[in-house]
Amino acid sequence: MTKPLVPVTLMVNGERYDVSIPPWRTLLEVLRETLNLTGTKRSCGEGQCGTCTVLIDGKAVNSCLYLAIEAQGKAIQTIEGPAAGDPVVERIQHAFANKGAIQCGFCTPGMIIATKSLLQDNPKPSEDEIREALVGHLCRCTGYVQIVEAIQDAAGALAAKEGA
Amino acid sequence: MSDASHKPNYDFQVLGKPQPKKDALQKATGRAEYADDLNFPGMLHGKLLRSPFAHARIKRIDISKALALPGVRAIVTGKDFPDVLYGNLPKTRDYRALALDRVRYIGEEVAAVAAIDEDTAEDALDLIEVEYEELPAVFDIDAARAPGAPQLHDKAPGNVSTHSKSQFGDVEAAFATAHHVREDVFETQPIKHGMLEPHACVGIWEPYGKATLWSCKMSPYVVWRQLAMGLGVRPSDVRVIQTFIGGGFSGGKQEAMPMDFCALLLSKKTGRPVKFVHTMDEVLTIGHMRHPMRIWLRTGVDKEGRIVAQHCKLLANGGAYSSIGGLSIYLAGAMLNLPYRVANIRYDGERIYTNNGFCGALRGHTVVQICFARDSQLEMIADDLGIDPIEIRKRNAIEEGDVTANGLRIGTFAFRECIERVVNESGWRDKRGKLPKYRGIGIGCGGHLSGARLMGHSASAAEIRLQEDGTVNLTTGSTDVGQGVETVMAMIAAEVLGIETDDISYTMVDSETTPVDPGTFSSRVTLFTGHAVKRAAEDARDQIAAIAGEKLGVDPKDFIFKGREVINRKNDKQRAKLKDIVRWGSFQLGRMVTGRGAYTPAEEKIDFETGHGNLSPAYNPTACVIEVEIDPETGFVDVVGVWGADDSGTPLNPLAVKGQVIGATVMSIGQALYENLIRVDGKVMNPSLRDYKMPLATDLPKLANFRHSSIITWEPEGPFGAKEAGQSAGTAVVAAMASAIYDATGLRLTRLPMSPEDILFGLKAAEAAKK
Repeated sequence: MTKPLVPVTLMVNGERYDVSIPPWRTLLEVLRETLNLTGTKRSCGEGQCGTCTVLIDGKAVNSCLYLAIEAQGKAIQTIEGPAAGDPVVERIQHAFANKGAIQCGFCTPGMIIATKSLLQDNPKPSEDEIREALVGHLCRCTGYVQIVEAIQDAAGALAAKEGA
Repeated sequence: MSDASHKPNYDFQVLGKPQPKKDALQKATGRAEYADDLNFPGMLHGKLLRSPFAHARIKRIDISKALALPGVRAIVTGKDFPDVLYGNLPKTRDYRALALDRVRYIGEEVAAVAAIDEDTAEDALDLIEVEYEELPAVFDIDAARAPGAPQLHDKAPGNVSTHSKSQFGDVEAAFATAHHVREDVFETQPIKHGMLEPHACVGIWEPYGKATLWSCKMSPYVVWRQLAMGLGVRPSDVRVIQTFIGGGFSGGKQEAMPMDFCALLLSKKTGRPVKFVHTMDEVLTIGHMRHPMRIWLRTGVDKEGRIVAQHCKLLANGGAYSSIGGLSIYLAGAMLNLPYRVANIRYDGERIYTNNGFCGALRGHTVVQICFARDSQLEMIADDLGIDPIEIRKRNAIEEGDVTANGLRIGTFAFRECIERVVNESGWRDKRGKLPKYRGIGIGCGGHLSGARLMGHSASAAEIRLQEDGTVNLTTGSTDVGQGVETVMAMIAAEVLGIETDDISYTMVDSETTPVDPGTFSSRVTLFTGHAVKRAAEDARDQIAAIAGEKLGVDPKDFIFKGREVINRKNDKQRAKLKDIVRWGSFQLGRMVTGRGAYTPAEEKIDFETGHGNLSPAYNPTACVIEVEIDPETGFVDVVGVWGADDSGTPLNPLAVKGQVIGATVMSIGQALYENLIRVDGKVMNPSLRDYKMPLATDLPKLANFRHSSIITWEPEGPFGAKEAGQSAGTAVVAAMASAIYDATGLRLTRLPMSPEDILFGLKAAEAAKK
């Protein structure tokens, strides 16, 4: 069966990709299958679990519910991040590692991206605000306690750095 | 506590300190490759055709139209596989890679397609014609046990999939002496594992080579044997390579699944790699889930509330196939003996086949259901007799050194300390019966074993290879499913060799190269594999000491290993860097340092027929207090506080232990309150994470009111005093929730989940009864 292909240009982690894809392809599918950026995970496929979260123009989005053609002209950031490194994401990653917020790791990329989105909108979130921000993210391993602690830790460290 | 519980005079260099997971940053940066992240040149995509009927005969399958679809490369059906049944226990093997002439549940695999992409494979499924003849189906245990019920398996008359009976002491005579006897029935629901990574695999079967499977397997060697069995080849013709595992909980990743067989056979047919990934809809529809049970429990106590006799009749709705059900039912009976003393005990457990998705293990296995029933009833008895709910638990508590009626030999068991700790931490004394209306506090207790000893393969092994830079390659057959195996095993080896955790690389399981191992299940890895790693490291250490002894002219027995050095304890000027010793031994003496270690509990056999025998080297008791607030308008339960405690021996990596006990607790909160796989005539009505509700971050108490204490003991049977931590903590939670809801409302719920509807209708009925 021949599928209609459309040319699409995507800016992912600051790099330009020109691809031809069927127009119904989700951003998740294109990231994983066409661009081989497999750090963004596929799980429920219907926006419930949050494992596929990426930033589009700085906002956390479920990439499984977002058509790739819609993402044209927008800045997409995945867990693979800009090659030069994103100091905020890096701080969050270390906080997750050190606080035991990572077990199987399947929810982790989505959680970290969501944390970046949260902290950029609200650098000093309360515990309740952190929990609210995670409501679209499932984790079956940790019971969330260590994830909340990691986000508090990252927020504290980033705020201290900001103040310095 | 006796001396056995106390840590010997031993200063840890590495162990006992919180250690982040070795693979954490790899995972945090998206670099960890899970099975679905693997792509091979020329790879095809597979999809499975599933039965739409709960019970039917397959009369004809026509694949010609599907095969003609451009992009389809191959299709397999049950006839393409050897006519072999595979499975877990020799007596209960009833799986097929694909259904042959009969399907027994909605979602059972009937055919598999390999195509150039997933869309094409899915289109092809629609073109496969299957002619079914529907058969009468049966879904609940009573209907399945009734005379004349449709029969699922020829070998299982009456639809009895497996049964387990045991009796210890004179149960009837003891009941006759009882001051008070209660009979209650408890019902539990089917719940799913909820791991976020759907099952996935890639198979490559080389024309003149091996059948190689990359997959997210918790127990790769079980898969390896089952693949060989179902494909009709030698195990050595199969190779299983483990990828990162996105959560396990025994949700199918512990054994071979239809997708694994099909990936390999389709690869053989096409000469191409074939990948399968389940959708979440498939994950939630197919088998593997916690057994729903009806537990009838009769308990007799003396005047003080001490249990004198207990009789449990358990019926489990096993679904269409056996899975590990034989062990599930045995384990429920065995663990009925924990954590309370019961001298006279009788157990009759039956697992019944029905036309539902099949059941098996899930974190806590069948212990969670048993603890809910037994602990709830003990509290009901306390109420009947006017005994304090804490006191009745303490009076019945098993103690260190006990041997239970069924022969469990209890080592460290700080059960009373667990109870006291959660009572104190939660402020129980000021709260129970004293909180405002619709607010309540409750307690539950439980316990778990530290690795079940099985009839088949029970032992673990480890190998350690020293590199010339003083670092170590460590291989075992145990997998990390997120609990931190790679880290704690590295810590154990580092402790023995006097090096750092970072000096050790932990190899993932590859059946070609790693030591054979039963796998990751039953809370066995830290204890079983931990011992093997310790012994392998000691073997390597002795070899290094011998080399160092020659080089430095020191008696090898005098060396201590510390700070990446070997040091003469009698003269610390005589020292050398570990790497220099390894290099010297390797370059000058031709001695490669390779340590080996293995572990199996050296004990008498367990009699699985009578149910007698020490099932595990060690046991972990637990207690949990939960505080709830209930909305009387909606019946909704808000969990406002959780205080748990368990005795997991000496926590080798406290950071990982915390993750285990809290994770297990939260999973059980889901089981207690809302998780439920809803099925109507065998069809799953909520096969999505939108409708299958699992706990969210907002469903849990604030950090300040969510605590877990590790009561630290030194378990002599464990490596460096350690026991299990991953399952016990989840066994007390459901009863604690029932107890809290009772305290808040006066309702004693005996059916799971304890849903808002049940609470609301219960409150209304209580109101009506008052009027």
